[in-house]
Amino acid sequence: MTYNVKVYISWKEGVLDPQGAAVTDSLHKIGYSGVESVSISRMVEVKMEADRDSVERQVTEMCEKLLANPVIEDYSYEIEEVVSS
Amino acid sequence: MKFAVIMFPGSNCDVDMYHAVEEAVGEEVEYVWHNETSLEGFDAVLLPGGFSYGDYLRPGAIAHFSPIMEAVKKAADEGKPVLGVCNGFQVLLESRMLPGAMRRNKNLHFICKTLPLTVENNTTVFTNSYEQGETIQIPVAHGDGNYYCDEKTLAELRENNQIVFTYGLNENGSTADIAGITNKEGNVLGMMPHPERAVEELLGSADGKKLFTSIVKQWREKNAVTS
Repeated sequence: MTYNVKVYISWKEGVLDPQGAAVTDSLHKIGYSGVESVSISRMVEVKMEADRDSVERQVTEMCEKLLANPVIEDYSYEIEEVVSS
Repeated sequence: MKFAVIMFPGSNCDVDMYHAVEEAVGEEVEYVWHNETSLEGFDAVLLPGGFSYGDYLRPGAIAHFSPIMEAVKKAADEGKPVLGVCNGFQVLLESRMLPGAMRRNKNLHFICKTLPLTVENNTTVFTNSYEQGETIQIPVAHGDGNYYCDEKTLAELRENNQIVFTYGLNENGSTADIAGITNKEGNVLGMMPHPERAVEELLGSADGKKLFTSIVKQWREKNAVTS
């Protein structure tokens, strides 16, 4: 099976994101005074071959081992099967 | 005594590290390429600064899967001194050989200057030649040096005396001004500042020299007892 996987990596609650803080300031400066906070996340797209049984386990492992740093980052993912036409 | 300087693709302080060992302590030193799998015959391991694998994904994240890292972990488990400076520190964090993680500097700038550090623990293999509480001048050069750990980890670091260096001037935003920490056993040190760039007065400071002499001093004492 072929899968398209989208992995979303964001900062853990309580971990200050210096880039987010800078962008918050910038948005205030250009007039968006209602902005309370900005957090900059990353999205990683993975295209992969895997069995239906193992795809989720493999994606979780990838996140834990490499894609995210669980000390400071949370992750979530969407797995979508590529249907061949 | 024989030192290994690990070279990752993108390391750029490896030559400084090599030179520091020659200059500061005059001991044997060899480069070890990241594809090697053994550190047999080495007594201490140095992970230099730089941008291993272009800092892709996160600094140190990809380097920690280099074949040599298994050997680095083994050397650490055997109690050999392992020093990671700057990117080397980031590799040790990503490898979970040290607790915590690095974020971008709080001001988002690359900070490149000499900063005062306080020696918080002079009982380690890396700091036994310094005075407790001594202020030393060591250069920093990093964009991701903003050390983070949660409160529980910070309490553990304090309890086990693992905080070895703190910044006198905390420009990068590090938790508790932390500039360098060891593992619980004390034989793995990660630090953002570059002691290898401060081994001769000509370079502006020779305060980093004692870090290298400390390692050699302890090694000699240990080997005098066992031989």
